[in-house]
Amino acid sequence: MAGVELKNVKKSFGLITAVQDMNVTFDEGSFTTLLGPSGCGKTTILRMVAGLEAPTDGDILVGGTRVNEVPIHKRNLGLVFQNYALFPHRTIGQNIAFGLKYRNVSKSDIADKVKAALDIVRLPGVEDRYPSQLSGGQQQRIALARAIVIEPDVLLLDEPLSALDANLREEMRVELKAIQHRIGVTSIFVTHDQSEALAMSDKIIVMSAGKMQQVGAPEEVYNSPANEFVANFLGASNILDVTVTSADNRTIVVQTPQFGTITVPRARVADLHGAKTGRLVVRAEKLRLLEATAHDGGVSAPGTVEAVDYQGQIARYFVRVGDAQFQAMNMIDGRPFEAGTGVQVAFNPQDCSVLPIES
Amino acid sequence: MSGPDRAPDLRPWFLLAPALLSIIVLVVIPMSFILVYSFYENIDLAVDRAAFQFSNWQELFRDKYYHVAIWKTLRLSVIVTILAAVLGYVPAYFIAMTRFRHRWLLLLLLILPFWVSFIIRTLSWIHILGNQGALNGLFEWLGLTDAPLSMMYNETTVIIGFLHVFLPYMILNVYVSLDGIDDNLEPAARTLGATPWQAFREVTLPLSLPGLAAGCLLVFVLTGGSYVTPLILGGPNDYLFGNLIHDAVVSELNWPMGATLSFTLLVMLGLIVVIYSRFMGINQLAKAFR
Repeated sequence: MAGVELKNVKKSFGLITAVQDMNVTFDEGSFTTLLGPSGCGKTTILRMVAGLEAPTDGDILVGGTRVNEVPIHKRNLGLVFQNYALFPHRTIGQNIAFGLKYRNVSKSDIADKVKAALDIVRLPGVEDRYPSQLSGGQQQRIALARAIVIEPDVLLLDEPLSALDANLREEMRVELKAIQHRIGVTSIFVTHDQSEALAMSDKIIVMSAGKMQQVGAPEEVYNSPANEFVANFLGASNILDVTVTSADNRTIVVQTPQFGTITVPRARVADLHGAKTGRLVVRAEKLRLLEATAHDGGVSAPGTVEAVDYQGQIARYFVRVGDAQFQAMNMIDGRPFEAGTGVQVAFNPQDCSVLPIES
Repeated sequence: MSGPDRAPDLRPWFLLAPALLSIIVLVVIPMSFILVYSFYENIDLAVDRAAFQFSNWQELFRDKYYHVAIWKTLRLSVIVTILAAVLGYVPAYFIAMTRFRHRWLLLLLLILPFWVSFIIRTLSWIHILGNQGALNGLFEWLGLTDAPLSMMYNETTVIIGFLHVFLPYMILNVYVSLDGIDDNLEPAARTLGATPWQAFREVTLPLSLPGLAAGCLLVFVLTGGSYVTPLILGGPNDYLFGNLIHDAVVSELNWPMGATLSFTLLVMLGLIVVIYSRFMGINQLAKAFR
C-alpha cells in the first residue's frame, strides 16, 4: 500500500491541454474522488497513474518513488474499468487468477486467493462460469476481485458504477466503499456523478477543463464551494450578482436586487480581493417556498411558481422573483405548490456564500 | 373460432426468395447438369454420348495423375494459407491498432487492388520477376549479375502470385476480428502484470482467432479452386487440380471428364467449408463483409 503524489503533472494531446499543472496528494489508505464533467481530464489523470498515458511534464510518485518511467506491468496497480474489461475467453477463475500468474504465486495459493477474492465481492462459487454468463453488476464485482486479488499498491476505479442501472449502482456504491475500507487500499475513483462522489469519498477533487477547481472533504466542497463551477456542479445553486455595501470583522452586508440587503457571516465569504461586487450563492435546497402571506424570519421576497418538477419526496420548483428565475428543492409537506401560485421565497443568510466575480 | 395453430408466416420466405432463386438457378441447377454430365461418355474430341456409366469416375479413382494433382493442390493451399496468415496478421493488427485518424484510407488502400482485374495483377509479376523484368534490370544496373537470373515460372512465383491476390481477404477478416476486441482488454492485462507480448498472446491473439480462421478458410478455398495463377506464373509441373479441369475442358474437349473433375473439386472444397463451420460457425465469415 502506498500514497500517490502528482507534482506539476501536465498532459497535452497535440495542441489540446488535457491536464494542467496538477499538484495533489492521495493519502495512503484514503478514498479520493476525481469529480468533473466528461472531458475535464479526470480519466487522463487516472490513466497516467496507471501508466497507460505518459505525462507531458511533471512527476508521478507512488509510495514516494517516481514511477514515470516504470512500465505498466511493473507498477502493481489495480485498475477497474467502466465496461468491466473482463477477458471473455477466460472463465471467472482464470480472469481473477490472471494477475497472480505473473507474481510467482503457487497453483494451490492461486486457487485459495481466487476463492478469497470471490468471497470479498460476495460471489462465491462462480469460478467456472464465463463473464457473459454473469449480469453487469456481477461482472463489475469480478472486475473488482481481479483488481484487488493482486494486492495492488493503489486501486484505480474508472467510473466503475456508471454502466449499472440506478438501484444496483447505489447498492454497489455502499459495497465498494465497504470493501475499500476493509482492505484499506489507497483508492482513486473517477466519476461524473456528484452523489457517488459525496457518498463515497474521503476527499473530492473537483475538476473542470483540465484544472483542479477545489479539493476538500465532501461536506466542505458541498457547503463551501470555492467557485461558481463547483457551486453549480455539485447540486443546483442559485447565483445572484450582489454589491457589497458594508463589511466588518464578523459580517458582510450585500445588496441584492430581489431580496434587499442581506447580512452574510464572514466565514461564508470568499476573498473578494477588495472588489465591491460579488456573487451570492444559495443552494436550491436552502431556498424555501412559503405561502404568500407567511413569513418565517429569513430573508424573503414574493415570487410566482413557474414550473414544478415533482420527484416524489421532493419537488423542484422554478420560481420567478422580480426579473430572475430561481430553483428551489423542497420536501413535499402536504401538497406541492402548483404552477402559477404566488409564494414567498425565503432563505437564511447563514446558508448562502459569497464568491468573487470571475472574469 | 380460431384454433391454436395460425397460418405460417410467409414473410421470411418472401425475403429469402431472391437469394434462394439466384442460388438455385445459378448454382444448384448448373452443378446438377455437371453431375449428370460426369456420367456421359466421351467418344471423340467434343463428341459425347448421353449415358449413365462410371468410366470417368473410375479413371479419377485409378489414375495417379489426378491423385498427385490433389496432393499438389492441398499442399500449395496449405502453404499459401499459412504464409497469408502470417503476412496478413501484421498489417491487420497495424490497421486495427493505429491511432491514425483516417483509418478508412488504409482500408481503401487494401480494397483498391480489387479495382484492377486479378489477371492483370498476376501478369504484372512477369514485369517484375521476368528475364526482362524490373528486378533483373536493377541487378544488372547494380552490376550484381551479368546474365538475367531466371526467377519466373516456378512454385515460388505461383505462391507470390496467390499471396498478392488473396492477402486482402486475410487482412480484412483478421482486421474485423481485431477491431471487435474491447480496447480496454490489453490495458487490463498490462495493469495486471503482463508484458506487451504476454498481453497480446494471452488476450488479443486468442480473441482474434475467429477472424484468422475465417481468413484462412477463404484463402484456402480460393487457392484450392484456382487455375489462372499457376497457368500464368507456374512452370509445367506447377499445376493444380483446377488446371486439370481447364485442360480436360479446353484442350482435350473432354467435357464428361471435366465435369467429373469439377464435381470432385466442389465436394473437396465443400468438405473443408463444412469442417470449418462445424468448429467455427460460418457466420464469422459474414462479419468481414458488413
